[in-house]
Amino acid sequence: MNPQLASNPPVATPFFFYLLAAVMIIGGILVITRKNAVHSALALITTLLAQAGLYLMLYAPFVAGVQIILYAGGIMVLFLFVIMLISIERNMKERQFNKQWLIGIVAAAALGGLFIAVYTTTAKGVLFPKGRVSYVEGGNTQGVASLLFDMHAGTYMFSFEIASLLLLVAIIGAVVMAKKRI
Amino acid sequence: MNAMLDISTLHYLVLGAALFLLGVIGVLTRRNVVIVLMSIELILNAVNLNLVAFSRYWQGIHGPGSLHGQVFAIFVITDAAAEAAVGLGILIAFFRNKETVNVDEVNLLKW
Repeated sequence: MNPQLASNPPVATPFFFYLLAAVMIIGGILVITRKNAVHSALALITTLLAQAGLYLMLYAPFVAGVQIILYAGGIMVLFLFVIMLISIERNMKERQFNKQWLIGIVAAAALGGLFIAVYTTTAKGVLFPKGRVSYVEGGNTQGVASLLFDMHAGTYMFSFEIASLLLLVAIIGAVVMAKKRI
Repeated sequence: MNAMLDISTLHYLVLGAALFLLGVIGVLTRRNVVIVLMSIELILNAVNLNLVAFSRYWQGIHGPGSLHGQVFAIFVITDAAAEAAVGLGILIAFFRNKETVNVDEVNLLKW
């Protein structure tokens, strides 16, 4: 066993994993079954917050913070704005599932069967050995930043610039789409 | 530590697969465009969970500085923000033209 693991036991217990996983699964089911889009959005926010907790358990505090601030705080507010801009009263009286829902569920079940086949194969130790690997925490944000902003080979500075360009294009695209006439 | 109770990478992968399937079901069966977009967010989050779990696994092998999975997760979150902005802009334009939010009434390109 890793000596760091023995001297520095993780605070993340299996109980919290299963709790957060249950919250995420129930939230996900509520997202795709609720009639009211606002309820779906609230369930999705719950799912995202539980996922931020899982990121903390994976020792990724920076990604957890980004998840809370950007996803639960930014993107979901945008969703709620749009839900309230468009009228949902009429939509709630209509049919919620489309005509090919049965085919859709069968296709998703086939995909689930594929996942089960893959994961039961890999669980025998082909790809991922069982058990958690551990290391000392700290320096996570610094590590992410040095991967994002350093100009060494093998880092992501160029991808970061491309991402900022993507965001610029998305801003312009959103304004062009939503504006009545330019 | 009780080895039986350890949470391995595979636990996170199974959870990610379940969320991915929920998102796929939502995309394929719902009529409301807003909920379809939210299901896409579910799918992206499932991928993010896998990326961060693999990042942790990778760190155990290559040391704590190997945060490539987390950097990828941040890029995916950036893409999700861009996708949400453009998708909701399209949704507003669509609602202004057709007064509906149902995907199966978007059939202008259907032959």
